[in-house]
Amino acid sequence: MASYFSSYYNYWVYIALMMIGFYGIIAKRNLVKQAIALSLFQAGIFLFYISMAVVVEDGKIADAPIYTVDKELTHELQEAEHDHHLIVKSDQAFSNPLPHVLILTAIVVSVSILAVALAIIVNIKREYGTIEEDEIQQIEMNEAP
Amino acid sequence: MELMNWIDFHLPALVVVIPLVAGILTVFCGKRSGPWAWSCLVHGFVFAMTIRLNQLVQNLKLLPVEDGSTLSVPTHISYFMGSWPRQWGIELRVDALNAIILLIVAGIAFLTTVYSGKSVQQEIGSDRRNWFYTVWTLTIVGLLGITITGDAFNVYVLLEISSLTIYTLIAMGKSRDRRALTASLKYLILGSVGASFILLGIGYLLMITGTLNMADMGESLRALENPTENRTLLVAVAFLLVGLSLKMALFPLHMWLPNAYTYAPSAVSALLSATATKVGVYMAFRFIYTIIGPVFSFETVSSSELLLLCATLGILVCSYNAMTQDNVKRILAYSSVAQIGYIVLGFALHTQMGVAGSIVHIINHALIKGGMFMALGAVVYRVGAARLTDLSGLGRIMPWTMGAFTAGGLSLIGFPLTAGFISKWYLVQACLEAGRWYLVVALLVGSIFAIVYVWRVVEIIYFGQPNDNACKAKEAPWTMVLPTIIMIGLSLYFGITAEWTGGMSEATAQFLLTEFEGGMQP
Repeated sequence: MASYFSSYYNYWVYIALMMIGFYGIIAKRNLVKQAIALSLFQAGIFLFYISMAVVVEDGKIADAPIYTVDKELTHELQEAEHDHHLIVKSDQAFSNPLPHVLILTAIVVSVSILAVALAIIVNIKREYGTIEEDEIQQIEMNEAP
Repeated sequence: MELMNWIDFHLPALVVVIPLVAGILTVFCGKRSGPWAWSCLVHGFVFAMTIRLNQLVQNLKLLPVEDGSTLSVPTHISYFMGSWPRQWGIELRVDALNAIILLIVAGIAFLTTVYSGKSVQQEIGSDRRNWFYTVWTLTIVGLLGITITGDAFNVYVLLEISSLTIYTLIAMGKSRDRRALTASLKYLILGSVGASFILLGIGYLLMITGTLNMADMGESLRALENPTENRTLLVAVAFLLVGLSLKMALFPLHMWLPNAYTYAPSAVSALLSATATKVGVYMAFRFIYTIIGPVFSFETVSSSELLLLCATLGILVCSYNAMTQDNVKRILAYSSVAQIGYIVLGFALHTQMGVAGSIVHIINHALIKGGMFMALGAVVYRVGAARLTDLSGLGRIMPWTMGAFTAGGLSLIGFPLTAGFISKWYLVQACLEAGRWYLVVALLVGSIFAIVYVWRVVEIIYFGQPNDNACKAKEAPWTMVLPTIIMIGLSLYFGITAEWTGGMSEATAQFLLTEFEGGMQP
């Protein structure tokens, strides 16, 4: 049972982070806090993607996908590269770079969402004079349909 | 000839790339009517390209390809962005389903752009008009992109492009009513949660299949040993269904829609009601039918019953809500949620008749609701608001606009000889075929509610006394009236002869149900 939790550690963290964000979106009445909670919610998803990219080989977690060369092989590899104009694959395992790339895009998206949200909140503050949802609702109730 | 071939070959990419580049260039078109004229040109061109794309997809049937010893008919056009093979690059894929959605989105985008000229002039400050049209065009790029792409992650990115621009467009309604801001923020938060759920669903599918290409994804999911035991797939379906339901405003997840449609600028309401939620439904078709496969998503997970319940409740509750509203834009917004219920009903029935009805209703409802929101926009342009009291007696003052509105209303009810009747005919038949008579009852009760909420408005239009503002009003300018009449006229035309819409929807339904089932079809 303990290993069930520890071996899926990242996933538990991602779920916990996402749920904290979700709770904030639902329960917080301050608009800026809601925007922060939304960012937290999305950060959880980024963790999920990054966790998915992990490759475990022979009980070891593989390295980040940066091209490195083993010291003993250096000379041999360099020669092979030079002769054949190729990059020779070392037998080293790398974690999957695809989710990392996806998440870079998703981070940009999330930042843009936060920016638009904050821009709208600034406008709300100007028009209503408050960023508390309850007070805004109170003001809107008194307006014509 | 050479050039035409080149264009035909690159058409799938051009449909997205041309408006993307042109949209950004709109910023430099000045502050007067330049941005509008430029956008009309761009969207007219894009519309022409989607017509050509439809022709090409139709022509595929005539070109059987020799595949080994047997002749096979290709079902789709593939385009590889930057010539990267589909394992690495992004594939654009046009088949029977998305060719038609592209045509609707581009066609309605063109008509609403023509329409928007006068109304934007009045509702958006001249310092922001070029930015408005930039964002407007980017919204359409996002919607076209979601529809045409064959890459699951690309769907998410384009979905966020279209959503972010939609939030901005709605917020621009603040110069008329400041509640546009709160409506926009509410939509932003709920919409982002929905898109994040879709992103999670795609992530789980990526975990199982190791690819992002939709076709490959679908293939490896169908090759799964025992999908019923696969909990990852189960979670993926759950996340995708919730996320997509939020995006298409299916009943309990529709809370963002009424305010957003009510307070957005008139032209934006027309564009959104006709395209945004429809593209949401298209995504559901893509994910549920062609990637995961309806057998797993409907029968193993038994989401069919849940979706039918949401759809039925949506039809009943939101039609009822529509009856009690005083703002006519809000009546139409609630009615939109109810109509999404009709579309999802056919979708969840998972029979050929049901899917055909769903697709017919996507087309018909886009025309009807787009046209009705356009008519209301014309009222806002002349009278200043669209409450029930503002429409009072307008039947004599704005005969064309109000005539279009009334014809659209009849179509919403499902009156014979209107497009709405054809949709309901398909859906009722589908329900009876599936042996679910109680759904027919819900459909009919929904129609009765529709009679009530349409009649409330029509009665005031023709039998009410015009108020002071209305007395000073006259018929809207022709750039607003003409697109409205074209939309409503088309919906009437498709009600009289359903040959094209019906035939094409049935063919698409058959394609969806046979092409992606493999040996799993019972």
